[in-house]
Amino acid sequence: MKNIPVESIIQEVKKACIDSNCVLRKDISLALRRAHRRETGRAREIVGELILNSKIAKKEMMPICQDTGITCVFVEIGDNVHITGGYLNEAINEGVARGYRDGFLRKSIVEDPLFRKNTRNNTPAIIHTEIVKGTGLRIRIMPKGGGAENMSRVKNFSPNSTVAPIEEFIIETVRLAGANACPPVIVGVGIGGTMDYAGVLAKKAFFRAIGSANEKPFYDKLEKTILEKINQTCIGPQGLGGKTTALAVFIEPYPCHIASLPVAVNMSCHATRTKEIIL
Amino acid sequence: MKRIQAPLTKETINSLKAGDLVLISGTIYTARDAAHKKLDEMVFKGMPLPFELKGAVIYYVGPSPAKPGKPIGSAGPTTSSRMDSLTPALLKAGLKGMIGKGRRSKEVRSAIRRHKAVYFAATGGAGALLGKRIKECDLIAFFELGTEAVYKLRVEDFPAVVINDCHGNDLYEQVGGIKCYD
Repeated sequence: MKNIPVESIIQEVKKACIDSNCVLRKDISLALRRAHRRETGRAREIVGELILNSKIAKKEMMPICQDTGITCVFVEIGDNVHITGGYLNEAINEGVARGYRDGFLRKSIVEDPLFRKNTRNNTPAIIHTEIVKGTGLRIRIMPKGGGAENMSRVKNFSPNSTVAPIEEFIIETVRLAGANACPPVIVGVGIGGTMDYAGVLAKKAFFRAIGSANEKPFYDKLEKTILEKINQTCIGPQGLGGKTTALAVFIEPYPCHIASLPVAVNMSCHATRTKEIIL
Repeated sequence: MKRIQAPLTKETINSLKAGDLVLISGTIYTARDAAHKKLDEMVFKGMPLPFELKGAVIYYVGPSPAKPGKPIGSAGPTTSSRMDSLTPALLKAGLKGMIGKGRRSKEVRSAIRRHKAVYFAATGGAGALLGKRIKECDLIAFFELGTEAVYKLRVEDFPAVVINDCHGNDLYEQVGGIKCYD
C-alpha cells in the first residue's frame, strides 16, 4: 500500500493548471513551425502570430488563450494507493481552484447550465477516474476551451456503415466549425463504445503527441487520410484560406454493441493544453 | 495595413473593405454573451446604456484576470455567432463595429450593410499577444458578471481583419472558394 497525501495532489494539480495554460505543448509548437514554413500570405502571418503569441505567453506566464477552459481531469489510480488527509476529488478541485486563482486564469464555470451563475473558482472539474493495478497515481489535466468544444458532434451510424460516411462526418464537422473552432484545429475522434463513451474517447485522444503513430495500423492510415482531406478543404488558419486547417487527427476505437456504431468528433484548437502528473 | 481610430467615423467605415488588415487604436468596449443579454434588454426598454453606442466598437471577449501592475490578462476574441440574435437591435441603436471570430448570420450581415457598420475578426487563440495591445481597462457595468462584465478598453494598434464591410462584402465567403493546392 502506498500513501499519497492530498496536499501533494493539490500542489501538483495547481501547477499543472498554470503550466498547461501558459506553455504551449512542444509537439504543437513544432507543428506550428512546420505550418509556418508551408504557408504563404495571410495564412503564414496568422500562424506567425500564433507562434509569437506562445512566446509571449511563456515568457510572461500568461494564458496562451484567455479561454482557460473547463478543467477535464483523467485519473488512473492504482488499487494499492491510499489517499491520506482527505478525498481525491476534493483535492483535485482544490488544486484547480488554487491554480486558477494564483495563475490569473479565467474562471469560466457556471454552477447551473440554465441559471448561469459563475462559481468564481473554475470548479467543479470534470473528473474521470479509472482504477488500475498497482501503486501508481496518474493525473492528466486538460483545460478545454468552449469555442472548439461547441463545434463538436456525435452521431450514431448503422453498424453496417462503411468507413467512407464516417470519414465524411468527421470532415463535415471541421467544415461546419469553420473559423469558430480557431483553425488550425486538432481533431479527436472516438469510434465505438456508447454515445457518451465515444465522447470520452474523443477527448482522451488529445493526449497523444502530434506525429505519434496510432497503435493500430488501420487507424493510423485512416488518420493520415482524413488529415489530408481536411487540409484539402483550404479552410486554413482562422478560416481565411490556406493549407493548414488541421494539425492532427487522432482516432480512438473501442468495442461496442452489435447494434451500435457511435462516432464522436471532439474539436480542439492549436491551444490544446494537457499536462501529466505522476505521483 | 490601415491604421484606424475607434469610435468609428462614417468616413472610416466607408473606406474599409473585406480583407483589409487594420490596426485599431482608441476606445472599445467588451461585451459577450451575458452582457449582450442585458444590453439588449436595456435597448428594448429604452433605458440609457452604460456607454455611448453611437459609433462604438464592441469586442466579444472575456479576458483572463490582470496580473498585478498590468491592465488586463489574455484577451482574444470569442465566437461571434452566439451574439447574432442580439446584434441587429444594437446595430439599429447605433453600434458601428464588432470584433470577434467566425461567421455571422444572414440577419446580422444584412443589418451590417443596412446600418453601415463593420465586422472585424481578430486571431482566435492569440490571447496573450492581443492582451498586450490593450493599454487600459476599466470596469464600467455589470460587475457581477465577472469576466463577462462590460469593460472600457483603450487599445493601441490592435490587429484585426475586416470580414464584413458596409458594402455587403464577406471575407469568409470570398475565401470559401479558393484553392490552396495546385
